[in-house]
Amino acid sequence: MNFYQAVNNAMDIALASDPTCVLFGEDVAFGGVFRCSLGLQDKHGKDRVFNTPLCEQGIVGLGIGLAVAGSTAIAEIQFADYIYPAFDQLVNEASKFRYRSGNEFNCGKLTVRAPCSAVGHGALYHSQSPEAYFAHTPGLRVVIPRGAITAKGLLLSCIRSNDPCIFFEPKVLYRSAVEQVPTKDYEIPLGKAEILVEGDNVTLIGWGTQVHVLREVAQLAQDRLNVSCEVIDLMSIQPWDYETVINSVKKTGRVVIAHEAPLTCGFGAELAATVQKECFLHLEAPIQRVTGFDTPFPHVQEPFYLPDKWRCLEGVRTVVEF
Amino acid sequence: MGVSPFSILSELLGRKSGCARGKGGSMHMYCENFYGGNGIVGAQVPLGAGIALAHQYKGDGGVNIALYGDGAANQGQLFEAFNMAKLWKLPSIFVCENNGYGMGTSAERAAANTNYYTRGDMIPGIWVDGMDVLAVREATRFARQMCAEEKGPVVLETVTYRYSGHSMSDPGTSYRTREEIQEVRAHRDPIHSLKDKILQAELATAEELKVIDTDVKEEIDRAVKDAKADGEISMEELPADIYSENLEPYIRGITAVDKLKHLNIGSRVNYA
Repeated sequence: MNFYQAVNNAMDIALASDPTCVLFGEDVAFGGVFRCSLGLQDKHGKDRVFNTPLCEQGIVGLGIGLAVAGSTAIAEIQFADYIYPAFDQLVNEASKFRYRSGNEFNCGKLTVRAPCSAVGHGALYHSQSPEAYFAHTPGLRVVIPRGAITAKGLLLSCIRSNDPCIFFEPKVLYRSAVEQVPTKDYEIPLGKAEILVEGDNVTLIGWGTQVHVLREVAQLAQDRLNVSCEVIDLMSIQPWDYETVINSVKKTGRVVIAHEAPLTCGFGAELAATVQKECFLHLEAPIQRVTGFDTPFPHVQEPFYLPDKWRCLEGVRTVVEF
Repeated sequence: MGVSPFSILSELLGRKSGCARGKGGSMHMYCENFYGGNGIVGAQVPLGAGIALAHQYKGDGGVNIALYGDGAANQGQLFEAFNMAKLWKLPSIFVCENNGYGMGTSAERAAANTNYYTRGDMIPGIWVDGMDVLAVREATRFARQMCAEEKGPVVLETVTYRYSGHSMSDPGTSYRTREEIQEVRAHRDPIHSLKDKILQAELATAEELKVIDTDVKEEIDRAVKDAKADGEISMEELPADIYSENLEPYIRGITAVDKLKHLNIGSRVNYA
Protein backbone atom coordinates (compact mmCIF):
# COMPACT_ATOMS: atom_id res chain seq x y z
CA MET A 1 0.00 0.00 0.00
CA ASN A 2 1.19 3.50 -0.55
CA PHE A 3 0.73 6.35 1.89
CA TYR A 4 -2.62 7.59 0.61
CA GLN A 5 -3.99 4.08 0.46
CA ALA A 6 -2.87 3.53 4.05
CA VAL A 7 -4.65 6.72 5.11
CA ASN A 8 -7.70 5.59 3.16
CA ASN A 9 -7.57 2.20 4.86
CA ALA A 10 -7.26 3.74 8.31
CA MET A 11 -10.29 5.96 7.74
CA ASP A 12 -12.22 3.03 6.30
CA ILE A 13 -11.52 1.02 9.44
CA ALA A 14 -12.43 3.97 11.64
CA LEU A 15 -15.70 4.52 9.80
CA ALA A 16 -16.52 0.82 9.94
CA SER A 17 -15.68 0.31 13.59
CA ASP A 18 -17.14 3.51 14.99
CA PRO A 19 -20.71 4.29 13.94
CA THR A 20 -20.39 7.88 15.10
CA CYS A 21 -17.41 8.54 12.90
CA VAL A 22 -17.75 11.08 10.10
CA LEU A 23 -15.33 12.46 7.54
CA PHE A 24 -15.70 15.84 5.86
CA GLY A 25 -13.76 18.50 4.07
CA GLU A 26 -13.36 20.15 0.69
CA ASP A 27 -13.84 17.76 -2.24
CA VAL A 28 -13.63 14.60 -0.10
CA ALA A 29 -16.68 12.99 -1.69
CA PHE A 30 -15.07 12.08 -4.97
CA GLY A 31 -11.94 10.94 -3.24
CA GLY A 32 -10.15 14.16 -2.42
CA VAL A 33 -7.29 15.89 -4.17
CA PHE A 34 -4.93 13.13 -3.09
CA ARG A 35 -7.41 10.26 -3.25
CA CYS A 36 -7.27 9.71 0.50
CA SER A 37 -11.02 9.40 0.76
CA LEU A 38 -11.51 7.33 -2.40
CA GLY A 39 -14.54 5.09 -2.22
CA LEU A 40 -15.42 6.03 1.33
CA GLN A 41 -18.62 7.88 0.50
CA ASP A 42 -19.87 4.99 -1.59
CA LYS A 43 -19.11 2.57 1.18
CA HIS A 44 -20.27 4.46 4.25
CA GLY A 45 -22.88 6.82 2.93
CA LYS A 46 -23.39 10.46 2.13
CA ASP A 47 -24.39 11.30 5.66
CA ARG A 48 -21.03 10.15 6.98
CA VAL A 49 -18.61 11.22 4.25
CA PHE A 50 -19.48 14.60 2.80
CA ASN A 51 -18.16 17.73 1.20
CA THR A 52 -18.10 21.05 2.90
CA PRO A 53 -18.03 24.44 1.23
CA LEU A 54 -14.79 26.34 1.06
CA CYS A 55 -14.51 27.54 4.64
CA GLU A 56 -11.66 26.25 6.79
CA GLN A 57 -12.73 28.13 9.87
CA GLY A 58 -16.19 26.66 9.41
CA ILE A 59 -14.84 23.16 8.82
CA VAL A 60 -12.84 23.05 12.01
CA GLY A 61 -15.53 24.81 14.02
CA LEU A 62 -18.03 22.28 12.73
CA GLY A 63 -15.65 19.47 13.65
CA ILE A 64 -15.32 20.78 17.17
CA GLY A 65 -19.08 20.90 17.49
CA LEU A 66 -19.46 17.35 16.23
CA ALA A 67 -16.79 16.11 18.58
CA VAL A 68 -18.27 17.87 21.58
CA ALA A 69 -21.63 16.28 20.84
CA GLY A 70 -20.13 12.81 20.85
CA SER A 71 -19.31 12.13 17.22
CA THR A 72 -15.84 11.12 16.07
CA ALA A 73 -15.01 13.83 13.57
CA ILE A 74 -12.29 13.68 10.94
CA ALA A 75 -11.95 17.10 9.34
CA GLU A 76 -9.80 17.37 6.25
CA ILE A 77 -8.12 20.64 5.42
CA GLN A 78 -7.16 20.45 1.76
CA PHE A 79 -3.60 21.72 2.24
CA ALA A 80 -1.83 22.58 5.49
CA ASP A 81 -1.18 25.99 3.95
CA TYR A 82 -4.92 26.66 4.17
CA ILE A 83 -5.21 25.83 7.83
CA TYR A 84 -4.74 29.39 9.02
CA PRO A 85 -8.34 30.58 8.70
CA ALA A 86 -9.00 27.77 11.18
CA PHE A 87 -6.15 28.79 13.45
CA ASP A 88 -8.44 30.57 15.86
CA GLN A 89 -10.76 27.58 16.13
CA LEU A 90 -7.86 25.22 16.73
CA VAL A 91 -5.88 27.35 19.12
CA ASN A 92 -8.61 29.17 21.00
CA GLU A 93 -11.38 26.63 20.91
CA ALA A 94 -10.28 23.06 20.29
CA SER A 95 -7.20 23.10 22.45
CA LYS A 96 -8.86 24.78 25.40
CA PHE A 97 -12.26 23.17 25.50
CA ARG A 98 -11.52 20.60 28.14
CA TYR A 99 -9.44 22.95 30.23
CA ARG A 100 -11.85 25.85 30.32
CA SER A 101 -14.84 23.68 31.12
CA GLY A 102 -13.10 21.96 34.02
CA ASN A 103 -13.33 18.67 32.10
CA GLU A 104 -17.10 18.92 31.77
CA PHE A 105 -16.81 19.08 28.02
CA ASN A 106 -14.16 18.15 25.50
CA CYS A 107 -13.68 17.88 21.75
CA GLY A 108 -11.19 15.06 21.98
CA LYS A 109 -12.73 13.04 19.22
CA LEU A 110 -11.70 15.63 16.66
CA THR A 111 -8.89 14.83 14.25
CA VAL A 112 -7.82 17.40 11.69
CA ARG A 113 -5.88 15.99 8.73
CA ALA A 114 -3.92 18.08 6.25
CA PRO A 115 -1.30 17.40 3.56
CA CYS A 116 1.89 19.28 4.38
CA SER A 117 5.47 19.85 3.32
CA ALA A 118 7.28 20.34 0.07
CA VAL A 119 6.40 18.39 -3.01
CA GLY A 120 8.69 19.91 -5.62
CA HIS A 121 6.23 22.22 -7.31
CA GLY A 122 4.09 23.50 -4.51
CA ALA A 123 5.53 27.02 -4.21
CA LEU A 124 4.34 29.32 -1.47
CA TYR A 125 0.96 27.86 -0.64
CA HIS A 126 1.18 24.15 -1.23
CA SER A 127 4.43 23.36 0.55
CA GLN A 128 4.31 24.68 4.09
CA SER A 129 5.10 22.72 7.24
CA PRO A 130 3.18 24.49 10.03
CA GLU A 131 3.76 22.00 12.85
CA ALA A 132 5.58 24.55 15.01
CA TYR A 133 2.57 26.88 15.25
CA PHE A 134 0.47 24.09 16.71
CA ALA A 135 3.17 22.54 18.86
CA HIS A 136 3.14 25.87 20.67
CA THR A 137 -0.48 25.29 21.70
CA PRO A 138 -1.02 23.16 24.78
CA GLY A 139 -4.08 20.99 24.47
CA LEU A 140 -3.44 19.84 20.90
CA ARG A 141 -1.59 16.78 19.69
CA VAL A 142 0.48 17.11 16.52
CA VAL A 143 1.53 14.00 14.58
CA ILE A 144 3.53 13.58 11.36
CA PRO A 145 4.14 10.07 9.95
CA ARG A 146 6.97 9.13 7.61
CA GLY A 147 5.44 6.30 5.60
CA ALA A 148 2.45 4.10 4.92
CA ILE A 149 2.71 1.78 7.91
CA THR A 150 3.20 4.60 10.39
CA ALA A 151 0.50 6.67 8.69
CA LYS A 152 -2.17 4.05 9.21
CA GLY A 153 -1.24 3.24 12.80
CA LEU A 154 -0.80 6.84 13.86
CA LEU A 155 -3.96 8.01 12.15
CA LEU A 156 -6.03 5.37 13.88
CA SER A 157 -4.46 6.40 17.18
CA CYS A 158 -5.31 10.03 16.48
CA ILE A 159 -8.88 9.26 15.51
CA ARG A 160 -9.39 7.22 18.65
CA SER A 161 -7.48 9.58 20.90
CA ASN A 162 -9.47 11.48 23.47
CA ASP A 163 -7.64 14.68 22.71
CA PRO A 164 -7.91 16.82 19.58
CA CYS A 165 -5.20 15.80 17.11
CA ILE A 166 -3.71 17.44 14.06
CA PHE A 167 -2.38 14.89 11.63
CA PHE A 168 -0.06 16.27 8.96
CA GLU A 169 0.58 14.09 5.93
CA PRO A 170 3.71 14.88 3.88
CA LYS A 171 2.13 15.07 0.44
CA VAL A 172 5.20 14.02 -1.53
CA LEU A 173 4.96 10.65 0.22
CA TYR A 174 1.38 9.92 -0.82
CA ARG A 175 2.37 7.87 -3.82
CA SER A 176 6.06 7.39 -3.32
CA ALA A 177 6.01 5.83 0.14
CA VAL A 178 5.04 2.22 -0.45
CA GLU A 179 5.27 -0.41 2.26
CA GLN A 180 3.76 -3.74 3.20
CA VAL A 181 1.02 -2.39 5.39
CA PRO A 182 -0.89 -4.86 7.57
CA THR A 183 -4.54 -4.85 6.61
CA LYS A 184 -5.82 -5.41 10.10
CA ASP A 185 -6.71 -2.75 12.64
CA TYR A 186 -3.61 -1.57 14.49
CA GLU A 187 -2.50 1.55 16.28
CA ILE A 188 0.86 3.10 16.89
CA PRO A 189 1.13 4.91 20.23
CA LEU A 190 1.30 8.68 20.15
CA GLY A 191 4.14 10.46 21.87
CA LYS A 192 6.69 7.80 21.01
CA ALA A 193 9.58 8.27 18.62
CA GLU A 194 11.23 5.51 16.65
CA ILE A 195 14.93 4.87 16.20
CA LEU A 196 15.33 3.80 12.59
CA VAL A 197 19.07 3.40 12.41
CA GLU A 198 21.25 2.80 15.43
CA GLY A 199 24.54 4.59 15.70
CA ASP A 200 27.12 5.86 18.11
CA ASN A 201 28.51 9.15 16.94
CA VAL A 202 25.74 11.53 15.94
CA THR A 203 22.01 11.68 16.63
CA LEU A 204 19.95 12.81 13.65
CA ILE A 205 16.41 13.90 14.45
CA GLY A 206 13.67 14.52 11.90
CA TRP A 207 10.06 13.81 10.98
CA GLY A 208 7.95 13.29 7.89
CA THR A 209 9.76 13.56 4.58
CA GLN A 210 12.98 14.69 6.25
CA VAL A 211 13.40 11.27 7.89
CA HIS A 212 14.13 9.74 4.50
CA VAL A 213 16.69 12.42 3.78
CA LEU A 214 18.34 11.71 7.13
CA ARG A 215 18.53 8.00 6.41
CA GLU A 216 20.48 8.81 3.28
CA VAL A 217 22.64 11.20 5.25
CA ALA A 218 23.41 8.47 7.77
CA GLN A 219 24.58 6.22 4.93
CA LEU A 220 26.64 9.02 3.39
CA ALA A 221 28.17 9.82 6.77
CA GLN A 222 29.18 6.21 7.18
CA ASP A 223 30.62 5.95 3.69
CA ARG A 224 32.38 9.27 3.46
CA LEU A 225 33.13 10.36 6.99
CA ASN A 226 33.19 7.00 8.74
CA VAL A 227 30.71 8.41 11.20
CA SER A 228 27.96 6.25 12.65
CA CYS A 229 24.64 8.10 12.92
CA GLU A 230 21.55 7.27 14.90
CA VAL A 231 18.41 8.35 13.04
CA ILE A 232 15.33 9.15 15.09
CA ASP A 233 11.88 9.71 13.61
CA LEU A 234 10.02 11.83 16.13
CA MET A 235 6.59 10.87 14.69
CA SER A 236 4.76 12.82 17.36
CA ILE A 237 5.67 16.49 17.53
CA GLN A 238 3.45 17.21 20.48
CA PRO A 239 4.12 15.53 22.81
CA TRP A 240 7.53 14.49 21.60
CA ASP A 241 9.42 11.48 22.90
CA TYR A 242 11.74 13.13 25.32
CA GLU A 243 13.20 9.92 26.70
CA THR A 244 14.25 8.38 23.41
CA VAL A 245 15.90 11.58 22.25
CA ILE A 246 17.71 12.33 25.51
CA ASN A 247 19.00 8.76 25.82
CA SER A 248 20.30 8.88 22.30
CA VAL A 249 22.04 12.21 22.78
CA LYS A 250 23.63 11.06 26.01
CA LYS A 251 25.04 8.17 24.03
CA THR A 252 26.33 10.09 21.03
CA GLY A 253 26.99 13.59 22.37
CA ARG A 254 26.28 15.19 19.00
CA VAL A 255 22.97 16.25 17.50
CA VAL A 256 21.75 17.42 14.12
CA ILE A 257 18.08 18.35 13.86
CA ALA A 258 16.57 18.82 10.42
CA HIS A 259 13.20 20.17 9.28
CA GLU A 260 11.76 21.89 6.22
CA ALA A 261 10.09 24.68 8.16
CA PRO A 262 12.01 27.97 8.59
CA LEU A 263 14.74 28.17 11.18
CA THR A 264 13.48 30.71 13.65
CA CYS A 265 11.12 29.03 16.10
CA GLY A 266 10.87 25.92 13.97
CA PHE A 267 10.29 22.85 16.10
CA GLY A 268 14.03 22.22 16.06
CA ALA A 269 14.40 25.18 18.38
CA GLU A 270 12.33 23.47 21.06
CA LEU A 271 14.29 20.24 20.68
CA ALA A 272 17.60 22.07 20.82
CA ALA A 273 16.66 24.04 23.92
CA THR A 274 15.50 20.97 25.84
CA VAL A 275 18.37 18.77 24.75
CA GLN A 276 21.01 21.30 25.71
CA LYS A 277 19.45 21.68 29.11
CA GLU A 278 19.23 17.97 29.84
CA CYS A 279 22.39 16.79 28.13
CA PHE A 280 24.68 19.76 28.56
CA LEU A 281 27.56 17.83 30.03
CA HIS A 282 27.15 15.04 27.49
CA LEU A 283 27.34 17.27 24.43
CA GLU A 284 30.58 17.25 22.48
CA ALA A 285 29.48 19.98 20.10
CA PRO A 286 26.79 22.62 19.84
CA ILE A 287 23.50 21.31 18.47
CA GLN A 288 23.12 21.85 14.72
CA ARG A 289 19.82 22.73 13.11
CA VAL A 290 19.53 22.25 9.37
CA THR A 291 16.30 23.83 8.23
CA GLY A 292 14.57 25.95 5.68
CA PHE A 293 15.67 29.56 5.46
CA ASP A 294 13.84 32.36 7.20
CA THR A 295 12.01 33.30 4.04
CA PRO A 296 8.56 32.47 2.72
CA PHE A 297 8.57 29.14 0.96
CA PRO A 298 9.95 30.03 -2.47
CA HIS A 299 8.68 29.38 -5.95
CA VAL A 300 11.51 28.35 -8.24
CA GLN A 301 14.23 28.31 -5.59
CA GLU A 302 12.71 25.35 -3.78
CA PRO A 303 15.60 22.91 -4.40
CA PHE A 304 17.96 25.37 -2.74
CA TYR A 305 15.61 26.10 0.12
CA LEU A 306 15.10 22.57 1.39
CA PRO A 307 17.53 21.06 3.89
CA ASP A 308 18.77 18.44 1.46
CA LYS A 309 21.21 15.63 2.19
CA TRP A 310 24.27 17.70 1.39
CA ARG A 311 23.34 20.47 3.81
CA CYS A 312 22.53 17.87 6.46
CA LEU A 313 25.81 16.08 5.79
CA GLU A 314 27.54 19.40 6.26
CA GLY A 315 25.77 19.68 9.61
CA VAL A 316 27.07 16.23 10.56
CA ARG A 317 30.56 17.21 9.53
CA THR A 318 30.34 20.36 11.63
CA VAL A 319 29.39 18.55 14.82
CA VAL A 320 31.95 15.84 14.28
CA GLU A 321 34.80 18.19 13.60
CA PHE A 322 34.01 20.61 16.41
CA MET B 1 -2.52 48.67 -17.18
CA GLY B 2 -1.73 45.04 -17.59
CA VAL B 3 1.35 43.11 -18.57
CA SER B 4 2.52 41.46 -21.76
CA PRO B 5 1.88 37.76 -22.48
CA PHE B 6 5.65 37.28 -22.25
CA SER B 7 5.69 38.66 -18.73
CA ILE B 8 2.82 36.41 -17.65
CA LEU B 9 4.24 33.27 -19.20
CA SER B 10 7.62 34.08 -17.70
CA GLU B 11 6.04 34.38 -14.30
CA LEU B 12 4.28 31.03 -14.74
CA LEU B 13 7.62 29.46 -15.47
CA GLY B 14 9.30 31.29 -12.62
CA ARG B 15 11.64 33.29 -14.82
CA LYS B 16 13.12 36.69 -14.19
CA SER B 17 11.04 38.62 -16.70
CA GLY B 18 7.91 37.56 -14.94
CA CYS B 19 5.73 40.28 -13.49
CA ALA B 20 6.74 39.27 -9.97
CA ARG B 21 10.32 38.37 -10.96
CA GLY B 22 9.31 34.74 -11.04
CA LYS B 23 8.96 34.66 -7.28
CA GLY B 24 5.22 34.22 -7.15
CA GLY B 25 4.20 31.92 -9.94
CA SER B 26 0.71 31.34 -11.24
CA MET B 27 -1.26 32.73 -8.37
CA HIS B 28 0.76 35.85 -7.86
CA MET B 29 0.67 38.19 -10.82
CA TYR B 30 1.18 41.83 -9.95
CA CYS B 31 1.44 45.06 -11.83
CA GLU B 32 0.35 48.65 -11.42
CA ASN B 33 -3.24 48.76 -10.16
CA PHE B 34 -3.35 44.98 -10.19
CA TYR B 35 -2.93 43.69 -6.69
CA GLY B 36 -2.32 40.08 -7.49
CA GLY B 37 -3.89 36.73 -6.86
CA ASN B 38 -4.21 35.03 -3.50
CA GLY B 39 -3.33 31.51 -2.55
CA ILE B 40 -5.98 31.45 0.10
CA VAL B 41 -9.06 32.20 -1.94
CA GLY B 42 -11.28 34.80 -0.40
CA ALA B 43 -8.40 36.61 1.28
CA GLN B 44 -8.42 39.18 -1.49
CA VAL B 45 -11.92 40.43 -0.72
CA PRO B 46 -11.14 42.25 2.55
CA LEU B 47 -7.97 43.42 0.79
CA GLY B 48 -10.12 44.91 -1.95
CA ALA B 49 -12.35 46.62 0.57
CA GLY B 50 -9.25 48.14 2.15
CA ILE B 51 -8.01 49.47 -1.16
CA ALA B 52 -11.45 50.92 -1.83
CA LEU B 53 -11.34 52.64 1.54
CA ALA B 54 -7.95 54.11 0.65
CA HIS B 55 -9.38 55.50 -2.57
CA GLN B 56 -12.34 56.92 -0.72
CA TYR B 57 -10.05 58.47 1.83
CA LYS B 58 -7.73 59.95 -0.75
CA GLY B 59 -10.70 61.14 -2.80
CA ASP B 60 -8.99 60.17 -6.04
CA GLY B 61 -12.13 58.71 -7.58
CA GLY B 62 -10.60 55.26 -7.67
CA VAL B 63 -12.73 52.15 -7.60
CA ASN B 64 -11.65 48.71 -6.50
CA ILE B 65 -12.68 45.46 -8.16
CA ALA B 66 -12.21 42.31 -6.08
CA LEU B 67 -12.81 39.02 -7.87
CA TYR B 68 -13.47 35.67 -6.27
CA GLY B 69 -15.03 32.38 -7.29
CA ASP B 70 -18.15 30.47 -6.35
CA GLY B 71 -16.05 28.32 -4.01
CA ALA B 72 -14.53 31.28 -2.22
CA ALA B 73 -17.99 32.85 -1.99
CA ASN B 74 -18.51 30.68 1.09
CA GLN B 75 -15.52 32.04 2.99
CA GLY B 76 -16.33 33.98 6.13
CA GLN B 77 -14.00 36.86 5.47
CA LEU B 78 -16.06 37.89 2.42
CA PHE B 79 -19.02 38.68 4.59
CA GLU B 80 -16.87 40.64 6.96
CA ALA B 81 -15.67 42.68 3.98
CA PHE B 82 -19.21 43.11 2.60
CA ASN B 83 -20.43 44.41 5.91
CA MET B 84 -17.69 47.00 6.19
CA ALA B 85 -18.04 48.03 2.56
CA LYS B 86 -21.76 48.65 2.91
CA LEU B 87 -21.42 50.34 6.26
CA TRP B 88 -18.92 52.85 4.93
CA LYS B 89 -20.26 52.99 1.34
CA LEU B 90 -16.95 51.96 -0.15
CA PRO B 91 -16.31 52.28 -3.91
CA SER B 92 -16.02 48.52 -4.23
CA ILE B 93 -17.15 46.19 -6.95
CA PHE B 94 -17.19 42.60 -5.72
CA VAL B 95 -17.26 40.16 -8.60
CA CYS B 96 -18.14 36.51 -8.12
CA GLU B 97 -16.88 34.54 -11.10
CA ASN B 98 -19.27 31.65 -10.90
CA ASN B 99 -17.95 28.82 -13.05
CA GLY B 100 -20.15 26.26 -11.40
CA TYR B 101 -17.40 24.44 -9.50
CA GLY B 102 -15.10 25.08 -6.59
CA MET B 103 -12.38 22.73 -7.79
CA GLY B 104 -14.34 19.51 -7.51
CA THR B 105 -17.52 20.53 -5.75
CA SER B 106 -20.39 21.90 -7.80
CA ALA B 107 -21.96 25.15 -6.66
CA GLU B 108 -25.26 23.47 -5.73
CA ARG B 109 -23.43 21.16 -3.35
CA ALA B 110 -21.45 23.92 -1.70
CA ALA B 111 -23.83 26.82 -1.30
CA ALA B 112 -27.25 27.00 0.24
CA ASN B 113 -27.87 30.10 -1.84
CA THR B 114 -26.36 29.84 -5.31
CA ASN B 115 -27.61 33.25 -6.30
CA TYR B 116 -24.25 34.71 -5.54
CA TYR B 117 -25.29 38.19 -6.61
CA THR B 118 -27.69 38.24 -3.66
CA ARG B 119 -25.16 37.21 -1.10
CA GLY B 120 -23.99 40.72 -0.46
CA ASP B 121 -27.00 40.93 1.82
CA MET B 122 -27.58 44.70 1.95
CA ILE B 123 -25.28 45.28 -1.02
CA PRO B 124 -27.18 45.41 -4.34
CA GLY B 125 -26.20 42.72 -6.79
CA ILE B 126 -26.34 42.25 -10.54
CA TRP B 127 -26.42 38.92 -12.34
CA VAL B 128 -24.33 38.99 -15.52
CA ASP B 129 -23.91 36.45 -18.31
CA GLY B 130 -20.20 35.98 -18.00
CA MET B 131 -19.99 34.33 -21.40
CA ASP B 132 -21.16 37.48 -23.13
CA VAL B 133 -18.30 39.92 -23.53
CA LEU B 134 -20.53 42.92 -24.09
CA ALA B 135 -22.73 42.12 -21.10
CA VAL B 136 -19.73 41.98 -18.82
CA ARG B 137 -18.42 45.24 -20.17
CA GLU B 138 -21.70 47.03 -19.69
CA ALA B 139 -22.22 45.64 -16.23
CA THR B 140 -18.76 46.74 -15.18
CA ARG B 141 -19.34 50.17 -16.66
CA PHE B 142 -22.59 50.47 -14.75
CA ALA B 143 -21.03 49.29 -11.51
CA ARG B 144 -18.14 51.67 -11.93
CA GLN B 145 -20.53 54.53 -12.49
CA MET B 146 -22.41 53.56 -9.34
CA CYS B 147 -19.22 53.69 -7.34
CA ALA B 148 -18.15 56.97 -8.90
CA GLU B 149 -21.50 58.46 -7.81
CA GLU B 150 -20.87 57.18 -4.30
CA LYS B 151 -23.63 54.63 -4.61
CA GLY B 152 -21.26 51.73 -4.00
CA PRO B 153 -20.55 48.98 -3.08
CA VAL B 154 -22.04 46.56 -5.58
CA VAL B 155 -21.81 42.81 -6.19
CA LEU B 156 -21.65 41.33 -9.67
CA GLU B 157 -22.11 37.66 -10.34
CA THR B 158 -20.65 36.73 -13.72
CA VAL B 159 -21.73 33.26 -14.72
CA THR B 160 -19.14 31.43 -16.74
CA TYR B 161 -17.68 27.92 -17.04
CA ARG B 162 -14.42 26.12 -16.49
CA TYR B 163 -13.41 23.79 -19.32
CA SER B 164 -10.32 22.19 -17.88
CA GLY B 165 -9.55 21.12 -14.34
CA HIS B 166 -8.93 23.52 -11.48
CA SER B 167 -5.19 23.01 -11.57
CA MET B 168 -2.52 20.78 -13.04
CA SER B 169 -3.41 18.00 -10.63
CA ASP B 170 -7.10 18.04 -11.41
CA PRO B 171 -8.20 16.21 -14.58
CA GLY B 172 -11.57 17.91 -14.30
CA THR B 173 -13.57 14.83 -15.15
CA SER B 174 -14.03 12.98 -11.90
CA TYR B 175 -16.88 15.21 -10.77
CA ARG B 176 -18.65 16.04 -14.03
CA THR B 177 -19.33 14.51 -17.43
CA ARG B 178 -17.44 15.19 -20.61
CA GLU B 179 -20.76 15.85 -22.35
CA GLU B 180 -21.38 18.79 -20.06
CA ILE B 181 -18.04 20.34 -20.93
CA GLN B 182 -18.56 19.79 -24.65
CA GLU B 183 -22.06 21.23 -24.51
CA VAL B 184 -20.83 24.48 -23.03
CA ARG B 185 -17.98 24.68 -25.49
CA ALA B 186 -20.39 24.22 -28.36
CA HIS B 187 -23.12 26.61 -27.32
CA ARG B 188 -21.84 29.11 -24.78
CA ASP B 189 -18.25 29.80 -25.61
CA PRO B 190 -17.67 33.55 -25.22
CA ILE B 191 -15.18 33.97 -28.03
CA HIS B 192 -17.27 32.05 -30.53
CA SER B 193 -20.43 33.89 -29.64
CA LEU B 194 -18.70 37.26 -29.96
CA LYS B 195 -17.37 36.15 -33.33
CA ASP B 196 -20.89 35.18 -34.41
CA LYS B 197 -22.22 38.56 -33.29
CA ILE B 198 -19.52 40.40 -35.21
CA LEU B 199 -20.16 38.40 -38.35
CA GLN B 200 -23.92 38.79 -38.10
CA ALA B 201 -23.64 42.53 -37.62
CA GLU B 202 -21.22 42.55 -40.54
CA LEU B 203 -18.65 44.53 -38.60
CA ALA B 204 -15.92 42.37 -40.06
CA THR B 205 -15.55 39.50 -42.45
CA ALA B 206 -14.59 35.98 -41.55
CA GLU B 207 -11.22 36.48 -43.23
CA GLU B 208 -10.42 39.55 -41.15
CA LEU B 209 -11.22 37.64 -38.00
CA LYS B 210 -9.03 34.79 -39.15
CA VAL B 211 -6.15 37.24 -39.51
CA ILE B 212 -6.64 38.34 -35.89
CA ASP B 213 -6.66 34.69 -34.84
CA THR B 214 -3.42 33.99 -36.63
CA ASP B 215 -1.75 37.12 -35.30
CA VAL B 216 -2.70 36.32 -31.75
CA LYS B 217 -1.53 32.75 -32.08
CA GLU B 218 1.78 33.96 -33.41
CA GLU B 219 2.18 36.47 -30.62
CA ILE B 220 1.51 33.87 -27.95
CA ASP B 221 3.75 31.28 -29.59
CA ARG B 222 6.53 33.82 -29.65
CA ALA B 223 5.91 34.76 -26.02
CA VAL B 224 6.02 31.09 -25.03
CA LYS B 225 9.29 30.62 -26.84
CA ASP B 226 10.80 33.71 -25.23
CA ALA B 227 9.53 32.76 -21.79
CA LYS B 228 11.02 29.30 -22.07
CA ALA B 229 14.33 30.79 -23.10
CA ASP B 230 14.30 33.31 -20.30
CA GLY B 231 16.61 32.80 -17.36
CA GLU B 232 15.66 32.24 -13.76
CA ILE B 233 16.60 34.68 -11.05
CA SER B 234 19.80 33.94 -9.19
CA MET B 235 20.00 32.20 -5.84
CA GLU B 236 20.90 35.50 -4.20
CA GLU B 237 17.30 36.50 -4.61
CA LEU B 238 16.01 33.77 -2.32
CA PRO B 239 16.35 36.07 0.68
CA ALA B 240 15.46 39.20 -1.27
CA ASP B 241 12.50 41.43 -0.63
CA ILE B 242 11.35 39.76 2.55
CA TYR B 243 11.45 43.01 4.48
CA SER B 244 11.68 46.60 3.39
CA GLU B 245 14.46 47.09 5.89
CA ASN B 246 16.29 44.10 7.17
CA LEU B 247 17.15 44.92 10.77
CA GLU B 248 19.52 42.05 11.38
CA PRO B 249 22.75 42.00 9.43
CA TYR B 250 21.75 38.76 7.74
CA ILE B 251 18.77 36.52 7.15
CA ARG B 252 19.25 33.25 8.99
CA GLY B 253 20.01 30.32 6.83
CA ILE B 254 19.75 26.60 7.08
CA THR B 255 22.70 25.84 9.26
CA ALA B 256 23.88 28.11 12.00
CA VAL B 257 26.68 29.44 9.85
CA ASP B 258 24.58 30.26 6.80
CA LYS B 259 24.17 33.97 6.55
CA LEU B 260 22.12 35.26 3.68
CA LYS B 261 22.31 38.80 2.54
CA HIS B 262 18.92 40.42 2.31
CA LEU B 263 18.50 42.41 -0.86
CA ASN B 264 15.88 44.90 -1.92
CA ILE B 265 15.44 44.35 -5.61
CA GLY B 266 11.90 44.72 -6.84
CA SER B 267 10.62 48.27 -7.24
CA ARG B 268 7.49 49.25 -5.44
CA VAL B 269 4.44 49.96 -7.54
CA ASN B 270 1.67 50.55 -5.09
CA TYR B 271 2.39 53.94 -3.70
CA ALA B 272 5.03 56.59 -4.09
